Parts: sequence; structure tokens; C-alpha cells
Amino acid sequence: MNKTYQLETISCPSCIKKIEGMLKTLDGVESSEVLFNSSRVKVNFDESTISSALIKAKIHQLGYNVLSEK
Amino acid sequence: MFKLTKKHIIQLSTVMIVLAFVLSRFLHLQNLAVALMLGTTFIAGTPIFKKAWSALRYKIIGIDALVSIAVIGALFIGEYWEAAAVTYLFMLGDYLESRTIDKTRESIKALLDLAPKQSVVIRDGVEMTIPADEVLINDTVIVRSGEKIAVDGTVLKGIASVNQASITGESLPVQKEEGMEVYSGTMLETGYLLIRADKVGEDTTFAKILQLVEDAQDSKAKTQKFMERFARYYTPFVVVLAVVMYFITRDVELALTIIVIACPGALVISTPVSIVAGIGSGAKHGVLFKGGESIEKLGKIKVLAFDKTGTLTQGKPVVTSIASFNGYTEQEVLVIAASGETTSEHPLAKAVIDYAQNQGMDIQQPESTEIIPGQGLRFEFKGKVYYLGNRKLTQTEHIQLSAEAEKSLQTHEEAGETGIILTDDKTVLALIYIADTIRPEAVQLISRLRKSGIKHMVMLTGDNPRTAQAIAKQLHLDDVRSELLPADKANVLKEFKSTYGHVAMVGDGINDAPALASADIGIAMGGVGSDVAMETADVILLSAELRKLDFALGLSRATVQNMSQNIIFALFVAGTLLAGVLVKTVNLSFGMLIHELSVFLVIVNAVRLLKYKETQK
Repeated sequence: MNKTYQLETISCPSCIKKIEGMLKTLDGVESSEVLFNSSRVKVNFDESTISSALIKAKIHQLGYNVLSEK
Repeated sequence: MFKLTKKHIIQLSTVMIVLAFVLSRFLHLQNLAVALMLGTTFIAGTPIFKKAWSALRYKIIGIDALVSIAVIGALFIGEYWEAAAVTYLFMLGDYLESRTIDKTRESIKALLDLAPKQSVVIRDGVEMTIPADEVLINDTVIVRSGEKIAVDGTVLKGIASVNQASITGESLPVQKEEGMEVYSGTMLETGYLLIRADKVGEDTTFAKILQLVEDAQDSKAKTQKFMERFARYYTPFVVVLAVVMYFITRDVELALTIIVIACPGALVISTPVSIVAGIGSGAKHGVLFKGGESIEKLGKIKVLAFDKTGTLTQGKPVVTSIASFNGYTEQEVLVIAASGETTSEHPLAKAVIDYAQNQGMDIQQPESTEIIPGQGLRFEFKGKVYYLGNRKLTQTEHIQLSAEAEKSLQTHEEAGETGIILTDDKTVLALIYIADTIRPEAVQLISRLRKSGIKHMVMLTGDNPRTAQAIAKQLHLDDVRSELLPADKANVLKEFKSTYGHVAMVGDGINDAPALASADIGIAMGGVGSDVAMETADVILLSAELRKLDFALGLSRATVQNMSQNIIFALFVAGTLLAGVLVKTVNLSFGMLIHELSVFLVIVNAVRLLKYKETQK
């Protein structure tokens, strides 16, 4: 399943690596991409292993507010 | 619990650090000053430490971690002022940067905000206001003056003037009435419309435009990919350097300073900010770039190929005159030709039919027709066989052009007109001349493009050589290729690529999609409503105005230039800082100041692109 999360403005490019690195450690996340310029995160994950809510919570824990998802 | 906002933290720590400076420098109250410095470090530093820690848990050493190491190190060796200054500057810089970065994204955001939010629909006779994305296909939508249309649809009832600037880039309102198409994202200025929803939500043209612009921001340019790769090796390199330097010099502060400047902020950000600003500036003016790579390529283009019909010309061919032979009258041949054309979808066919209708002719369906691709058609009308098409058709059918017909054809072709030949199975019956007016701004545009550095401009057309030559001459083009089928255009472009390197193709995006796709850069003009154009082109000019081409080229050049300025500046700063640290003229807080300042300047430079204007000459 593919989801795109809109975050609040990401200003430091190192945030990209941070978020991507975190997502990589999550079980069920198959791939992820942080789109720096539009402050979005695209995540491809297996619904049976991980929920979208958990992904959101993990991103939030890292210090980034998730504004919306689609 | 009272929660400190970013602003509070900044205000509080600003007061504290200034006080600390005054106390220690002028009043010599060292203990109190140190307390304030520690306080600043704590207040400004806590969010940084937190972020660093959360990232470290995932084994990622981010910029926060580097700064944290530097700050803790500074506290450890008793450099309290340095610790406070570094945390303070980093926090302030980060805040200012995200504010200015937001500015580069502003015009894109403004565009996204144009998306209609709600819509009034009639369901079971009841009028209700619902969110725009809940409108269903075939819903009846009501739009009143001052409201935004939220669907792509057909007008069922009503008359209104609609501003379609968000879709076509044309700011003059258009009259809409029963049976006409309307687009989502356009504004109903005066009047009232009942609309049947044909496309809703993400399928509307406007939603596709928004999607395209939003995705464009993150489709990375070559330069950007390079810079990111560079930054990836640069940071570890500097960290290693810091460790090595510590073991050589046993100077903790030197090592810490190297770590602070190791964050390649300005370098990494130099390209994306320029590109986002460029894409945003384009979107504001009705020029959509598919991504950073499109801008980068277009900015370096030296060879342009133009499609003729609809690009350099108005795309509205009209019949200018008719020559009839063998005793036929003009009216007679016109009826035959127009009837034959009824089954054709060729743009010239429409011109013939329109002309016949305007003359009040009675057009009938032919008994049978057969399209001969690239040549014309064969049809049966009132029991007789006719051929209608170009010279190639007469050759394949072995019909001899009379000397008189040949002469007439040549004169008109040399004047830039296209002749359609009507024959029966033996002889030429008539020549119907059609001309497509050159866009009034085309001549000027070509000369302006040449001045701006485009070296070679070519016209590609399916038209006959003489007509093509005549038009190319009027426009002062360098070269012209005629009698091309859509697939031939793609081949010609390949040939140009091998001769000249990068080639851009400008077309209307509807029938020259293969050519647009095979050029290095495909530019679709006024391709609104055409999914093919939106998909195959790299750059889309929303309005069918040639001057937008000038703007697109100028903007992409300005963006490429902006990018180079940023990269050179960032490299220069990084190099100077490193050298400064090694010779010990740059200390911890000064290193941080310069580092943050350089990031800030790079963004401010990119913001300048938002002010890029069209040349109105």
C-alpha cells in the first residue's frame, strides 16, 4: 500500500536521511522516499504488518508533525 | 504544562545571550554570565539534543548530532560562551531558514490553494453544499457568480462569463453557455451555470496540473543529485578530519570547530531552493516545468524545432481561393470536396467544410470513403469516384497535373498557401487553396530567441516544401523540413540530436506527441485538456501564446545561473571555512555564524527568482 504524508516544512536536508533511516527500521515498510522540496514522505508498506497510524506516530516521535495523508 | 513555542525559545534565549555578553564583557560578573550562558545553551539546545537523540536511536548522525557533540565538547572544556553562541546561532539560523524556504515554495502553495474546496450540487431536487472531492460523476452542479467551478463538466443551463486563467493562462473571461465545456479551478465571474459533472476530483485537468507542479518540485535535477552525493562524502570526510586533527594537535576546540562546519547546509540546499523557486515562478506565469531536470536542460538548449500548424501559425486554416478546371464551377467542386471531407479528421478538412457551409452549400455524406494516410482520401459521391489530397496522391493514382494547374499550384505555394487537389479518376477538377495565418508575434519571437542565444531554429511540417519554405522565409528560420508524417518528425529530431546535441521541440502537444517525446525537451503549447500533452511534454505552456516560450527559456536560464551562483558560493564558503579553521582564525561560534549565514544567503538568492518577469517587448 502506498501513502503520502504531508509534513510541516522540512528545512534541513539532513532530515531526509533521518526520516528515511527511521522508516527503514520499521517492520512492514517496503520502501520510502522523503520529498524535501514539498515536505512530503512517500511510504510503501505492507498493511498486514504495519498500520498507517503507527507510521504517522513514528514520524511524529522523530519530531515532525504530519499535517495530512493521502 | 506551559509549552515553549519556537518563538518563545528564540526570544528568551536572545535576551539571555545578550545579557550574558554584557555581563561578562563590560560588567565582569563572570559567575552570573556563565549561569546565563548555561541557561541559553540549555533552552536553545534542548530541542536540538532531543532531535539528535531520536535520530541516533535509528543510527543516523544528523546535523543535530554534530552540533550537540560540539556543544557538549565546548561545555566540557569550559568554553561556556562558545557553547551558548553555537546553540543560539544554530537555532536562530534554522528558524530563519525554514521561514525563507517557505518563501521559495510560496508561489507553488498559492497555486495549490486555488483548488476548489466545496461545491453546490442538486441531489434528488435538494440543493446542498458538499466538499469538492465528494462530487460524483453526473452530479448536477450549480455555480453562481463569484464562485469557483469544482468539476470538469458540460453546461446544462445558464450563461456566464468564466475566468479560465488558472487553466489557460488567459485572463480575459470567456462566455459559457449550454453545451460548452467548463473546467475545475476556473472562476465564474458573472452569471449562473448548471453543470453536469463529467470529471471530478483528481481526474480534472486542474487537479492534474496541481499534481504535476507538486511532483515537479522533487523530481531531481542532475546537479542536485550530484550535490547530494558530494555532501554524503563530504560530511564523513570532515568528521574524520576532525578526529585526525585532534590526535595531531590535541586541540579540542579545533576539532569541535571542524565538526560544526562539517554540516554541508549551503551545499545541499543550493540546488533544490533554486529549482523550487524556478518551478514556482513558472507556475505563477502559466509555465509548468515537469521537474528540475527540465529546467536544467531547457536552460542550456541551443537548438529549437517548431511544429508549424498551431505553433508558429494560428492553427486555424481557412480557404482563401478555389481554382476549378474542366468546366466545373467553383460551387460544384466545393460541394464535392466538402462532402468528401466530412469523414476526414484532418485540420484542413475542417477548413473546407467550414468554407462550404459559410457559402450556404448543401453538403452530403459520400457513399464511401477510404483514407490514404499521408496523402488524402478516395471517395465515391453520387456514383462517381473522386480523389482529394496532396501531390503524392496524384502521383500514386497516376493522374497528370495540367500545365495550368501546375502553374497555379506553384504560385500559391510560393505564397505560403497549401493546395488541396480534387480529381476524378483521370484529371484534375479543382485546386482548393488554404492558408493558415502566421501568429503575429512569431517573427519578433524568433529574432528575440536568436538574440538570447538560440543558435539554430527549424520548422517541421507535414506541409509541401514550397509552402513550408515560404513560411520559414517570412519567419527567418534557419531550416525547414517538410512533408513529414508525425513519425518522421521524431526521426528528424534524432538526426538533429546527433548533429547539435540537445534539441527542444515546441508543438501544440496534440498531434505531435511522438515528436515532443523524442526531443530532449518537449514543450507543449496550450496543451490544456490534452492528457497526452501533459504526459509527454517536459514543459507545458498553459496558454497558447508564443511569448510564454520566451519566458520559459529566460526563466530556466536564470534558474540555471542562480543554481551555479549558489553552488560556487557554497563551495567557496566551505573551502574558506575549512582553511580558516585549520589556521585557527575561525573559532567555534564564528564558524557556526558563517555556516548559518551562508545557508541563509543561498536561500535568499533563490527567492530572487520569484521576481523573474516576462520581457514585455
